Amino acid sequence: MSFLDKALSEQFFSAAALTFQLTVLSMVLGVAGGVVLALAKGAPAPLRWLVDGYVWLFRGTPVLLQLIFVFNVLPLWGLNFSPFTCAVIALSLNEIAYMAEIVRGGLLGVDRGQRTAARMLGLSEAKILRWVVLPQAARLVLPPTGNQFIGMLKTSALASVVSVQDLMLTAQRQAAADFDYTGSLVAAALHYLVLTTLFTIALRQVERRLDVTRRAASRRSPAPASTALLDPAAR
Amino acid sequence: MNRSDARPGLTRSVRDGTGDAAAGAVPVIQATGLGCSYHGRAVVSDVELSVPAGQTVAVLGPSGAGKSTMLRCLAGLEPLHSGSVRFQGETLSRAGGRPRSVGGRIGMVFQQFNLFPHLSAAQNVALAPVRARRLPKKQARAQARALLDRVGLGEHADHYPYELSGGQQQRVAIARALAMEPELMLFDEPTSALDPEFTREVLAVMRDLADSGMTVIVVTHEMNFARQSADRVVFMVDGRIVEDGPASVVLTNPRQERTRRFLDQMLGE
Repeated sequence: MSFLDKALSEQFFSAAALTFQLTVLSMVLGVAGGVVLALAKGAPAPLRWLVDGYVWLFRGTPVLLQLIFVFNVLPLWGLNFSPFTCAVIALSLNEIAYMAEIVRGGLLGVDRGQRTAARMLGLSEAKILRWVVLPQAARLVLPPTGNQFIGMLKTSALASVVSVQDLMLTAQRQAAADFDYTGSLVAAALHYLVLTTLFTIALRQVERRLDVTRRAASRRSPAPASTALLDPAAR
Repeated sequence: MNRSDARPGLTRSVRDGTGDAAAGAVPVIQATGLGCSYHGRAVVSDVELSVPAGQTVAVLGPSGAGKSTMLRCLAGLEPLHSGSVRFQGETLSRAGGRPRSVGGRIGMVFQQFNLFPHLSAAQNVALAPVRARRLPKKQARAQARALLDRVGLGEHADHYPYELSGGQQQRVAIARALAMEPELMLFDEPTSALDPEFTREVLAVMRDLADSGMTVIVVTHEMNFARQSADRVVFMVDGRIVEDGPASVVLTNPRQERTRRFLDQMLGE
């Protein structure tokens, strides 16, 4: 069985789907938690220290350790989760720590004058955040978040250690069954590469959508058909 | 104060018996013993300023005199070190407390425009009415369009700030402040970041506004605007008001030597 046959087998496709779900779920939770923590960093002292402590703990220990901890220690405390859930918990807890720093950087990147102007217009702090600060911070945060996304896709391979049937574990099991390490690993690598490529393309689309310059250009003068084909963002 | 040209029609109920209130009208804004300090250094001290409805005040003075800081104090953007600011007879801020929000009733225009870069001109103008005042979107859009027309930018409603010149951006910023129907407009060096060719269009809009009966305080270096459009000129040095009177008097016949030198310098250019 060639690596291509393996890559196209149903086993590898369902494994890729699991890797995909694991990555997206962990990232979504990571970004959401990161935004909350980044905002909490602007809060008064005790809450701020709690956030610092969290980031210190989860950035300061290996993800693999966190993963095995969630998988082996939580059941001792009466918390029983499936291996997949354990992986999502560990990966997103870890991701939150990194995203908190990234989002904080984005919030700091929005000019102070923006808040001042919004305050003078009578917008509440929450509304300033929602309508003025976050939309601008999103643009700043997107590129590093994209990096994190692709990093997460590969970090998710660690979940194989706690028996999540992802691409990594599937490749290893296949290899152990037929001793074709080359074929199995190359098949898994192909799936990872396809997923990375898809993520990269999707991120570029989002970045374009948030780019005001393009939005304005496409509004006023619809791009000629030839360029529209080359550039999916220009409609 | 120097003049009492408060218009009877705009007289508001007198909430308590301060000196000015006794004169018959509550000033739109009133600073008493106003002081503001940064890192322990006094930037503004002992400012007494009372502006009746409809008046246009130009604040002049050398760089670093504390003009912008004073304006930010009047806007409720800076905590006070001493004294208090009253807006329409009610305390806006006082030493030791957080300034109260008056929800867009004081409009402010900044040197750097501070337009929201992710929103079009019309969206910039409509944002606060829709989000803070819950004005229906359709109505807010119509209002934004009318205000942009008023500042001569009706054609540019769908443009984003980066597509507009500095002068156009500043006019959008004025329209944006007006959308909240302010009772007082503060301008913080509105033309200092502009090329001279764009200064005139912004000053023209400000002049219209002043003529329309709006109460206006402008920190500026534009002597022509002060001479032609201001009812009153306040001159600041080292965080204090050293001259305060009708524009014609202060600009032509100042009491202080310091003011005279400054004016000679500005007009000599």
